[in-house]
Amino acid sequence: MYVYDEYDRQILNERVAQFRHQTDRAMAGELAEDEFLPLRLQNGLYIQRVAPMLRIAVPYGMLRAKQLRRLARITRDYDKGYAHFTTRQNVQLNWPAVEDVPDILAELAEVEMHANQTSGNCIRNTTTDQFAGVQSDEELDPRPYCELIRQWSTYHPEFAFLPRKFKVAVNASENHDRAAVQVHDIGLEIVRNDAGDIGFRVYVGGGLGRTPVVGPVIREFLPELDLLTYLEAILRVYNRYGRRDNKFKARIKILVKAMTPEVFAEKVEEEWAHIKDTPTRLTPEAIERVKTFFTEPDYAALDDNPDALVAQRAESKAFDAWVKRNVDAHKKPGYSIVTLTLKKTGVPPGDVTDRQLEQIADLAEQYSFGEVRVTHQQNVVLADVRQDQLFELWQAIRPMGFATANLGTLTDIICCPGGDYCALANAKSIPVAEAIQRRFDDMDYVYDLGDIDLNISGCMNACGHHHVGNIGVLGVDKKGEEFYQISLGGSSQRDASLGKILGPSFAREEMPEVIEKIINVYVDKRTEEETFLDTYRRIGIDPFKERVYA
Amino acid sequence: MPDLIRHDGIHNDEWTLVSAPEEGQELILPDGPALLPAAVWKENRNHYAGRNDIGIWFDSHEEPEHYSDLIGDLPVIAVNFPKFTDGRGYSIARLLRERYGYTGELRAVGDVLLDQLFYMKRCGFNAYALRADKDINQAEHCLNVFSNTYQAAADIEEPLFRRRAS
Repeated sequence: MYVYDEYDRQILNERVAQFRHQTDRAMAGELAEDEFLPLRLQNGLYIQRVAPMLRIAVPYGMLRAKQLRRLARITRDYDKGYAHFTTRQNVQLNWPAVEDVPDILAELAEVEMHANQTSGNCIRNTTTDQFAGVQSDEELDPRPYCELIRQWSTYHPEFAFLPRKFKVAVNASENHDRAAVQVHDIGLEIVRNDAGDIGFRVYVGGGLGRTPVVGPVIREFLPELDLLTYLEAILRVYNRYGRRDNKFKARIKILVKAMTPEVFAEKVEEEWAHIKDTPTRLTPEAIERVKTFFTEPDYAALDDNPDALVAQRAESKAFDAWVKRNVDAHKKPGYSIVTLTLKKTGVPPGDVTDRQLEQIADLAEQYSFGEVRVTHQQNVVLADVRQDQLFELWQAIRPMGFATANLGTLTDIICCPGGDYCALANAKSIPVAEAIQRRFDDMDYVYDLGDIDLNISGCMNACGHHHVGNIGVLGVDKKGEEFYQISLGGSSQRDASLGKILGPSFAREEMPEVIEKIINVYVDKRTEEETFLDTYRRIGIDPFKERVYA
Repeated sequence: MPDLIRHDGIHNDEWTLVSAPEEGQELILPDGPALLPAAVWKENRNHYAGRNDIGIWFDSHEEPEHYSDLIGDLPVIAVNFPKFTDGRGYSIARLLRERYGYTGELRAVGDVLLDQLFYMKRCGFNAYALRADKDINQAEHCLNVFSNTYQAAADIEEPLFRRRAS
């Protein structure tokens, strides 16, 4: 993965010093609260319901063992000994003291980490597919481009005070979209044109939140060298013309809709024509330099499906189930991609203790070239595990709580921190996730149900991505009481779609029962090959409505 | 006389910023050099031609595109930040410098605070009317808070990736 040079280090150290100075002035009353607000947000610091929250950036989800150990130490020294993996591949601390944050940022900087632009009305952390670089169906590893975007967007002088937050995601897989690019402010898909050149399909104005939109394509093919100038053109049009009078209408999706995607695209092209040949145009050398950080590790020459693995799977049903669910195909023979699930019933989805962070660091070093990836489903991936070590790894992670073999199933729930932590939430989300996990505790049944995305958000800001869950749950406030609205049929995959609201909302204690009824409709109506989403798309929402509100 | 920060230090500001006149009212020029609302100036620009004591100011929603070939000789252009969180002025400044080739004084006025000075400088401003309640002695530090940057902007032609590669 990317390694800082002197420039990166110096710029980051100066940022830490800058924020220390700003925090001192805020503490001394020289900076009013509203003046300090965007400064601290752009350094990851929220002031929350019960305590401050610090959101630490994990650029495109990549972490080294050394960084995990540092995170573990920080949670011990400055927090309560645990951290939370978010739905944007970042890490959150829930209990830091405001005055400690400059010290935390200094400790992070020592291991090339930061909390830059993880909040605020600026360009946020660029996200990508957690299987980038190790899957067989991608045109190209998207991570070098993510790193180039990271550098371009870091402290960009023109775009630090946008109308609203701005999120970019990159996908390179031909068959999957694990980065959900169509529901981002900008989604980039790496493609090849007829001449065989590398470039990007550009989606703009997708998003979740209050007004969910699947983003339209504004350019079918953008040559790779033009990436940054084109992004700059989009951002400039947005910065100048995005609405600033109403926070709820300030995202770029509203501007694209108001202008129409065609007119917006013209406006961008017009702006781009002025700047496309400026020095911000990428060079092949610049791309090559970043690519050298994402070369293949030292893979051994191995065969797929070694005899030992076949025998181990035959012997242990539990191991076999885990391989089927939590292990994915790797582009190199004899290697697999392993997902460590952080979805054990009774633990808030995405939460890890300091000890677990250190265990993950150890596992990374022992089994996966010292690196891990964080997923937007709030799990952690070991991307390069030898198949002949899978059994050993599985035995090692069971007592650690990472082997819950529910990846991609109903109980692998995406869930925001909700009303337990977040000042914005209308309702709690973690207890709902837990109640559903408890109701569906028969793993054989869960496996039989196959792939189902169940996503829970505690408010319409949609951090839990409920709009794109096959089953989406949204916490709503009705006269001071917490209720939950259900939507069906969402997907963040290549066939992205937004869920449709089922009907009136439910009290929290009704939720497991309601989910069970929905699942029963699927079980009754499905054909042998159909996933939940397939069945829903075939039969529509009415059969579900009838059963749930009968 | 209020203070004005330039890159060579703190100066007395001799320029007066003139608001747009109410409908039906005449614009009254103050004594001494004046910054006129861009639209008002444009209408009467022949009248002001050749004067080195007349400059203009843009509000954050205005489009410098409509002035691109008129502004080259102006001694001062100001860009207003109605609130420091309104980031449109940064784009306006870059357009004036990088697209329309304006080389005179470009000053930030309005809700100008310390922590935005570095970004303003990068976008092409070279004069700053810091909000009166802010400590002007900290400005120099804030203008130079980073010694290097990733992007090209009005202050540096090549982004870091080009400087690195060479």
